Amino acid sequence: MLSSPTVKTSLIFIAIALVGLVFADIAITAANPWKDLGRFFLGVITPDFFSTEGLATALLRTVAFAFVGVALGSISGFLLALVYRWLPVRILCAFVRAIHELFWALIFLQFFGFHPLTGVLAIAIPYAGIFAKVYSEILEEADPEPGRLLPPRTGVVSAFLYTKIPDCWVQLRTYTAYRLECGLRSSAILGFVGLPTLGFYLESAFSQGHYSDAGAMLILFYVLITTMPLWVKPKLLPVYIVGAPFFLGEGLPIVWSNVGRFFTQDIVPSPLRGEEGWAGMGAWLGDMFVNQAMPGIWNTVILTQVALVATGIIALLAFPLISTHFGGPVRRTSGHVFLVIMRSTPEYILAYILLQLWGPSMLPAVVALALHNGGIIGHLIGRQSSTIRLRPDAPTGLNRYTYELVPRVYRSFLAFLFYRWEIIMRETAILGILGIYTLGFYVDSAIQNIQFDRAMVLILITASLNIGVDILGRFIRRKLALQTMPTC
Amino acid sequence: MSGFDLSGLTASFGGERVIGPLSLSVREGERVGLVGRSGAGKSTLIRLVYEQVERLAALVPQDLGLVNALPVFHNVYMGRLDAHGNWYNMVTLVRPFTRDSRDVKSLLSELGMTEKAWMPTASLSGGQRQRVAIARALYRQSGLLLADEPVSALDGPLAHQVMTLLRERFKTSVIALHDVELALEYCTRIVGIQDGQIALDESSEKLTPADIAPLY
Repeated sequence: MLSSPTVKTSLIFIAIALVGLVFADIAITAANPWKDLGRFFLGVITPDFFSTEGLATALLRTVAFAFVGVALGSISGFLLALVYRWLPVRILCAFVRAIHELFWALIFLQFFGFHPLTGVLAIAIPYAGIFAKVYSEILEEADPEPGRLLPPRTGVVSAFLYTKIPDCWVQLRTYTAYRLECGLRSSAILGFVGLPTLGFYLESAFSQGHYSDAGAMLILFYVLITTMPLWVKPKLLPVYIVGAPFFLGEGLPIVWSNVGRFFTQDIVPSPLRGEEGWAGMGAWLGDMFVNQAMPGIWNTVILTQVALVATGIIALLAFPLISTHFGGPVRRTSGHVFLVIMRSTPEYILAYILLQLWGPSMLPAVVALALHNGGIIGHLIGRQSSTIRLRPDAPTGLNRYTYELVPRVYRSFLAFLFYRWEIIMRETAILGILGIYTLGFYVDSAIQNIQFDRAMVLILITASLNIGVDILGRFIRRKLALQTMPTC
Repeated sequence: MSGFDLSGLTASFGGERVIGPLSLSVREGERVGLVGRSGAGKSTLIRLVYEQVERLAALVPQDLGLVNALPVFHNVYMGRLDAHGNWYNMVTLVRPFTRDSRDVKSLLSELGMTEKAWMPTASLSGGQRQRVAIARALYRQSGLLLADEPVSALDGPLAHQVMTLLRERFKTSVIALHDVELALEYCTRIVGIQDGQIALDESSEKLTPADIAPLY
C-alpha cells in the first residue's frame, strides 16, 4: 500500500505538517479559555434577537453587498471568459483572484474610504477573476457539434447564444448560485474592516462580551444561507439585482484628492519619493524582505501546511456523519446540521471567535481553517459516498469505513483537498489581520503605519505565493490524475 | 449548392488512413446512396464532403448534433440562423415570431410531431430526436443533402415516409444507409465503400441486393 502514489503523497504532506508543527506557535494563552468558550456557547443557545437595532440593517447590508458584488463580478467574469484564451487575460485573472477580498477592501479603504464602492469592488474584483476561469472552463466543455452544423454565414453572437449558452446554462447557473453563497460569506467578513455588514456588529458584540447578541447574529446568518434555495428564485433575481444597490447604505463620500494621492504618492516606494531615488531601493526592499516578507512567508507556509493536513483529517472523520452507509436518519440529520454550520461559517469568523476565546496563537487559525474546509470537503465526500453501492454482505462499522468506503473516495478526497490548498493559503495569509504572524499581519501593520508602499509590495508577494501554490496543486492533481469540478 | 466534383479526398485517423485518396463527383439531381460495412468510412466521407463544399449543404450527422437544452422549435430554427440578424435571433430565443413558428410547425407536422414543438429536445425518444435533426436539415433549404443514417431509429412506415420527404425536398443528396433495400428504393445511384475506397459505383436500376452483398 505504501507504494501507491496517492498514499505516498499523503504521507509526504503529513510529514511536512508534523515538521511544521515543531515550528508552529500552538498554544492556548487565554487565562480562562474554557469558561469563555462556555459563555460563548451559552450565548448561542440563548440568542438575543432584539438587543441591537442594527442587526436587521446589518443583515440587509450583508445581502446587498453580496448581490451587487457577485452580480458585477459575474458579468465581468463572463465577458472575460469570452477572451480567456488570451494569455494576458488569464494572467490578469489569476492575479486578481489570488488577492483576498479583505486585502482588496483594505486597499480600496485607503482611497475610497467607507464608501459602498469599497465593499462592492472588494467582492466584485476577485470574483470576476474566479468567474472568468470557471465560466471559460464550463463553456469549453460545451458540445461543439451543433456549432459545426450551422450555416456558414451565421453571426458569431447568434451561434454563441444558440449552441453554447443553452448547453452550459445549468452549470453556469449552479456555479453562480454557489458563488452567491460564497459572496454572502465574503460580504459578512468585510464588516471586520469596518464596512456596515454582519462582521462589524459581530466584532463589537464580542468585544463587549455580548455573547447572546453574537449568537443571534450567527444563527440568523446560518438561516440566511440555508434558506437560500427558498428566497433566491430565478424570477426574483432581477428584483434583487436592481434593488440591492439601494440598500448598500450611504457610507462616507469619496474624497477624490485621496484617490489621486494614493496612486501618485502613497504607493510609490518611499526611497523613490525621497531623495535617495533608485539607489535606496535595494536597502528598502532588503529590509522589508528580511523583517516582514520572510517571516510572513515562513509563518504562512507553516500554518497552511498544518491546516491542510488538519482539514484532511476533519474531512475524513466528518464524511460518515452524512453518508447513508452509516447510522440512521436522526444521526444523519444532525450530521447535516453540523456540516452546514461548519461550512457556512467563514473561517475568518471562526478564527476570530476562537482567538477571542483562546488567545493569540496559530491554534485558533488551524482549528478554524480545518473545521471550515474539512466541513466543505466532508460534505462533498459524504454525498459522493452515498452514491456507492455496496454488496449486500459488505462489512459494517469500522471495517466498512476503512475497507469499503475510504479506498473508494480517497482519490476525490485528495482532489478536493489539493483544490482547496490555494484557498487555505489565501485564508491563512488574511488571518494575519487577526494578529497571527502570517503575511496579512505584516500587510495590516504596514497599513496601520501608513506605509502603503510596503503594504502593496507585501500584497503582491502574497498573491505570487498563492499563484505558486495553485500551480503546484494543479501539478500534483495532474500527476496523480485527480479530477474535480470547480464547485467546491 | 447542388452537385459537386471532388477529387483527392483523404482522411486519416491517428496516423492511419481511413479514406481515399478517392474522387467523387455528383451531378445535380442525383440521389446517391452510400453503402458498406460499418467502419468502412461512410461517415468520414460524408463529413469530408461537408467540409469540402464549405458547409453549404444540409447535414444530418449520425450523432444528430442537437442542442439538448433547447426546445424542438429552436433546434429546427437553427438550420437558418444565418437568415436573420443577431437581434432577431436573440428575440426568437425568448419568444419566436409567428411566421417562423408557423413554418417550423408545418415542417414538424409533416414529420408527425407537431405537438412536440416546445418540448425540450433532451426529453424526446431516439426516433423523435432523429426527426428533429431531419426537420432542421429541411428547414435549411439547401439544394444538397448530406445525411448519415437519417432513418436508423425510425420504424418501417415512418422510415419510408421520411425518405419520401427527403426525396421530394432535396434535388441532390448523398445518404449513407445500412439498409440496402431502402437505398435501392430511394436512390438513383449506389456508391459502395470498402476499406476507404469506392468499390462499387452503379445506377441503382442495374443493381439487386445480391450485387451489394459482397460489400458486407
